[in-house]
Amino acid sequence: MSAQAAVRRNRELSLLVLALIVGGGALALVQLARNADKIAVTTPLIVIVALAYVGAHVVTRRFAKQADPLVLPLVAGLNAIGLAAIYRLSPRGFGATQVTWTALGLACFAGTLILVRDYRVLARYKYILGFAGIALLLLPMTPVGAVVNGARLWVKVGGFQFQPAELSKICLVVFFAAYLAERKELLAIATKRIAGFHVPDFKHFGPLLVMWGVSLAVMFYERDLGSSLLFFSIFLLMLYVATSRVVYTAFGALLFVGGAFVGYQAFAHVQSRVQVWLDVFDPDLIQGPSYQLAQSLFALATGGMFGTGLGQGRPDLIPVAETDFIFAVVGEELGLMGTVAVLLTFLLLVGRGLRAALQARDDFGQLLAAGLTFILGLQTIIILGGVTRLMPLTGITLPFMSYGGSSILSNFVLVALLIRISDQATAAPPPAHTAEILIGGRLGGTPEGSGGRLGGTPEGSGGTP
Amino acid sequence: MSSQIRKVGIGLLIAFAALFLQLNYIQIWAAEDIASNPNNIRALIAEYSVKRGDIETYDGKLVATTRATPGRYKYERVYPEGELYAHIVGYKSLVYGETRLEASFDEELQGKTAVQSMQDLEDTLSGGEEQGDDLRLTIHSKLQETARDLLAGRDGAIVALNPQSGEVRAMWSNPSYDPNPLASHDTKEVRRYRQTLDPNSRTSPLISRATSRSFAPGSTFKVVTTAAALESGRYDAQSTFPDPAALLPCEGPRSPGDPCIPQTDQDLTNFTRTACTGGGQIDLFTALEVSCDTTYAMLGMDVYEELRSVSEALGFNEPIPFDVGTEASTFPDVGDDNIPFRAFAGIGQGDVSATPLQMALVAATIANDGVVPRPRLVRQVIDPSGGIVEPFSPEMLGRAMSDETAARVNEMMQAVVVSGTGTSAQIPGVAVAGKTGTAQTVPGESPHAWFIAFAPAEDPQLAVAVIVESSSAGSEATGGAVAAPLAKQILEMDRAISTAW
Repeated sequence: MSAQAAVRRNRELSLLVLALIVGGGALALVQLARNADKIAVTTPLIVIVALAYVGAHVVTRRFAKQADPLVLPLVAGLNAIGLAAIYRLSPRGFGATQVTWTALGLACFAGTLILVRDYRVLARYKYILGFAGIALLLLPMTPVGAVVNGARLWVKVGGFQFQPAELSKICLVVFFAAYLAERKELLAIATKRIAGFHVPDFKHFGPLLVMWGVSLAVMFYERDLGSSLLFFSIFLLMLYVATSRVVYTAFGALLFVGGAFVGYQAFAHVQSRVQVWLDVFDPDLIQGPSYQLAQSLFALATGGMFGTGLGQGRPDLIPVAETDFIFAVVGEELGLMGTVAVLLTFLLLVGRGLRAALQARDDFGQLLAAGLTFILGLQTIIILGGVTRLMPLTGITLPFMSYGGSSILSNFVLVALLIRISDQATAAPPPAHTAEILIGGRLGGTPEGSGGRLGGTPEGSGGTP
Repeated sequence: MSSQIRKVGIGLLIAFAALFLQLNYIQIWAAEDIASNPNNIRALIAEYSVKRGDIETYDGKLVATTRATPGRYKYERVYPEGELYAHIVGYKSLVYGETRLEASFDEELQGKTAVQSMQDLEDTLSGGEEQGDDLRLTIHSKLQETARDLLAGRDGAIVALNPQSGEVRAMWSNPSYDPNPLASHDTKEVRRYRQTLDPNSRTSPLISRATSRSFAPGSTFKVVTTAAALESGRYDAQSTFPDPAALLPCEGPRSPGDPCIPQTDQDLTNFTRTACTGGGQIDLFTALEVSCDTTYAMLGMDVYEELRSVSEALGFNEPIPFDVGTEASTFPDVGDDNIPFRAFAGIGQGDVSATPLQMALVAATIANDGVVPRPRLVRQVIDPSGGIVEPFSPEMLGRAMSDETAARVNEMMQAVVVSGTGTSAQIPGVAVAGKTGTAQTVPGESPHAWFIAFAPAEDPQLAVAVIVESSSAGSEATGGAVAAPLAKQILEMDRAISTAW
């Protein structure tokens, strides 16, 4: 390992230890407030989480030497605060389960880093991943689907249930990144005029629109407003990043306004969300549709500047607080101090993700890192905006903090990919237009270079100069 | 692409900044506003986690206590005596808040007074539980139960108090209600039950007829008119009046020299429709004894100003200061262009209305040598260790008449019971002072039957007001026949249980 890599990994370890001390302390405090005599019951939980993170760190040390050292500790901090909040709501139930999910998530993180030695390989499977993404979205509508909390977003197999939309997002972002990296020039050039506007050839835009339209239709049909909004925004942002054409974004925004209007007119559940947002304390709504959001705002307001202290508030009054509303739990017990700390941690994480995107040396890497970061950033904004009544609430999980296996697992895969990109960006020698050559080679069938390059990836990415 | 990524990054940063501002708004700027929303049950949960103080009667009967529940709200309020004390103690409800003593002594019961807060700090430090103070009432359970039994099946109210101390020893209003379902933690059940009590009606069982509804006091008010006449200095018990069967309109045909009533074409006829005595003249002493309407109508017109000031000194036209809410009794402001209503006022009709509590205070004031006692329901506030925090001592609201006047009226009221309209209130061996009332309501409806009394007349221990409402009294009912026997039994019961007689 180079000296620089060693510095990075040691920095990661020390920051990780710091994050784990904060998180472990939070868990212990929750138990102290609950039953000080049984403080020992938190020990195995803290140990499992700490070991899992240290294990993840060992894997980055071995397989992503040059990766950004901040990403894993930031994730650990968020994750640990989330764990403390979930443990606080339900120590024996969700709390213990979430610890298991965290350990499994970190295993997925390690697995992704070990298996995906070169992110550029993913570009090759873009259509497979794209269709897999849509197939995952469709799963809940098949016989294995299940309705949980009024939304048919779940799949039940055996005793397990998961939300395929979480993993689907990553697959679709990979598809978009690869497709856009390959055709961005073609998409940026308008060859046709329709109604006075320059628009690109449909054969370039077609697959993109189809994939996007189908996924959105499915999410909307499944009443997954949060995912629909998230996905819509990610696609537009990636398109903008790839083509630099503001007109697409403007067109998309127009489409959004139109879609939102139609959705509002056509669907009672959309109207209800907007009504709740505008008038959350309306006595006619507060015992019904606006109950949960009102309880969230009560929790945040009760928390004030410093919070009630861990285990001292009543965030259990918020219905199903452990998933979409976990942030309000933090807000009640840790106050503005806690919520702003969480907000800043997310902001830093987004910043590191964008940094990886900027450092990536190929278009696919840039687009992929940007797209994955948009998932994290937008998801945070959408759910926190909803929970704080900045915008209408659309149910979606808060990455690394909300309770739920599918969310935890897919987000760990997501950051593993980000870490992989940042590692390759720092480590690899400038592979000029690798991705274009690779993809072009595959698709266009030009024999030169591509195969060789591809074969050489593991060394190219992981090796030291 | 880097510049686009940066631009999107700036966009995300702006969104995060908006979240930051919104969090500041909710958690700091608007936090108090939002947190104090009644739908934020955090305050309620804290409130219900305190072991609220008990309430017991003078003789130690538990009438309000708490029991632990497994639900979100730790302590539930329980009223072991059900409807018997509902109008005194009220209820503490998750949905409707507190009423009556539960409301007026909420701080003490909840342990929120300044002294108690210091105690709480100690309790918290020593690991003890937060606990409120207990209340000991002035009500005697035996007397309260007697009042309930006497009115069984009839709408009305009984108020009995010690005229020297103002301590209310019984206060019953029928119909009553069971406060337990209202204190339930099942809010659906609470709302459903309250709906069955017809909460918006004036006759709802939720409303205490004793303190919060006023009725025409009828002839019981002649006690006040008598006092006003004596206070005016123009009359004494021997003053004589003409004794016609009715006061005729001054403008109409009548024998010259007969008293008349101006500004009207209606007669004011005696209850009996005849002259009160046979002799053509009647003195004030006899007029009260036989409850002569024409005499008091004349007095109403003649001593109206005095009548008004004595009434107000007795508590009319203001809610009576009491431990629970009261409705003001009314004595009308009648100009000299509406003399017939002054005549009506003299006989407790027209626009005069009084709560049973007010009429009990009228009796108590005569019994207390003309001084109005402040009525009380709470005798002591007792802290959890048994120490008396607040021993309420008797207070007076003011003097309504001279002690000579009070003594004269006392004598006249004794005559009412000895040989007048109130003979059914006689107790062998005890001098009872009383006054009947048979108050007209709406034409065609039966009257309210009233009786006010106190005993023993020479050293009064209990003053009582009884009303049996028109709906229950029967069309031929009179205060003497229907209400006086009830007052008598209350006095007898108090005599049996009290050592002071």
